[in-house]
Amino acid sequence: MSAAMSFESIKAIYIFEMRRAGRTLLQSIISPVISTALYFIVFGAAIGGRIAEVDGISYGAFIVPGLVMLSLLTQSVSNASFGIFFPRFAKTIYEILSAPVSAAEIVFGYVGAAASKSVILGLIILGTAALFVPLQIDHPFVMILFLVLTAVTFSLLGFIIGIWADGFEKLQLVPLLIITPLTFLGGTFYSIDMLPPLWQKITLLNPVVYLVSGFRWSFYSASDVSVWVSLGMTAVFMLVCLVIIHWIFKTGYRMKS
Amino acid sequence: MQPAISVSDLSKTYGSGFQALKHVDLEIQCGEIFALLGPNGAGKTTLISIICGLVNPSSGHVAALGHDVITDYRAARQLIGLVPQELTTEAFETVWDTVTFSRGLFGLDKNRAHIERVLRDLSLWDKRNTKIMELSGGMKRRVLIAKALSHEPQILFLDEPTAGVDVELRKAMWEVVRSLREKGVTIILTTHYIEEAEEMADRIGVINKGEIIVVEEKVKLMRQFGQKRLELYLQEPLDEVPAALSNYHLELAEDGNTLVYHYDIHSKRTGITALLQALGEAGVRFKDLDTKQSSLEEIFVSLVQEPQ
Repeated sequence: MSAAMSFESIKAIYIFEMRRAGRTLLQSIISPVISTALYFIVFGAAIGGRIAEVDGISYGAFIVPGLVMLSLLTQSVSNASFGIFFPRFAKTIYEILSAPVSAAEIVFGYVGAAASKSVILGLIILGTAALFVPLQIDHPFVMILFLVLTAVTFSLLGFIIGIWADGFEKLQLVPLLIITPLTFLGGTFYSIDMLPPLWQKITLLNPVVYLVSGFRWSFYSASDVSVWVSLGMTAVFMLVCLVIIHWIFKTGYRMKS
Repeated sequence: MQPAISVSDLSKTYGSGFQALKHVDLEIQCGEIFALLGPNGAGKTTLISIICGLVNPSSGHVAALGHDVITDYRAARQLIGLVPQELTTEAFETVWDTVTFSRGLFGLDKNRAHIERVLRDLSLWDKRNTKIMELSGGMKRRVLIAKALSHEPQILFLDEPTAGVDVELRKAMWEVVRSLREKGVTIILTTHYIEEAEEMADRIGVINKGEIIVVEEKVKLMRQFGQKRLELYLQEPLDEVPAALSNYHLELAEDGNTLVYHYDIHSKRTGITALLQALGEAGVRFKDLDTKQSSLEEIFVSLVQEPQ
């Protein structure tokens, strides 16, 4: 088995996926931007004016990292799951499977493209947020690191969902029933200090808490949990996804009978 | 010379328990057109899918020009182009983009000249900027062939290439296949249309219920299994074959109006003269006669039906 990665193959898949996003610009970029803008208007301006500062930050500014994460998570999962589900559904996957590409190259192509799209989207949303609230980013490199790590990790999760799903319903199920609730309950709109003590403990089981908290720290140097714990948890979650994907390719699960 | 494809002791049992292939051995020589015939569900597509990497084998080995398709899959797959049975294409991509994508997927740099040549050969050049969804079924089939040829494969698999394609396009497709063979490409095609195998193939393999029943050069196969039949159109219908003619194993057809005699054209004595004499002696008179060579289709049907 030749060990070298085929850069051309990765590039082919990557460009193909990015072009697909270009064709569905409205769905990929504009719709999340509009929904985020609505959150800012409702929570930031309308309600936020009546909410006291959280951790010394105005409420409007406080929710920015959480909102970026919200879009980043949902878009990474949906981009990546659809990216690999659709060729399976349309059966064009035959071409990928019969090409001299390794599992790693396939994952690099699909997950790389999905993560790139989410990072771009995250930055656009950040730009949109800057129109509504004054932005302050204390640790820009950590911010980018979180952005990329989260995008990659949840694109890996999306990839797994796209392989697991055997219909459009299942494809929507996980984002709808798991990702969205976890994000809303993960401290997007509040600091977990605001919760009753019992719920503060329970909420620590939610992986999204660590992402939002760490991401928020990169903005305001204030967080619910230590930034290192946040980074560690993200890395662990990514590792779990990688192990599952390794198993998928090893067994040919849902890809090769 | 090393075979283009060598399959040894290949078996496949699907998760459902269905055994699609049973200890298949097959060698396909470089530069030939090999037709794989078999009824639906015989294992044709499973065999191709294993060779091309779409399905994992349960046991056995497959190599393409000596490269194992599992342990040395990069080298093996680089040699192979696959045109699938179903029209599975992207919808929104243009012809040019999708063919370029295929080449990139095989790790090759852009070669506009090669892709232009492929598209021109398949009469797709005028459609290069058309979205695939706007193409007719026959054109989509050509796009699939163009994609399979984009990385200059030495071995091309065509799974039912002319299913649902009109006669004119089918003939055009045959021309494409022939010109590829002239360039030295080994071609393996599966087909339902016996006529297609008869027209194109150098060698024919018949697969049934997961087993290769016969692999033979087409000419030999037709000679070996082919029979001729003599049909005698009677003046008066018969109720049964006269006892005096029982040695000839005649069949009575068409409500007793026709007598049919099977014979082997390659044997020294076909028995025709004796039969005609015997007929005269038995007082059976006929108004006309005709001889027919059994077609590949009849050979195929007899092969597939025999082991019951």
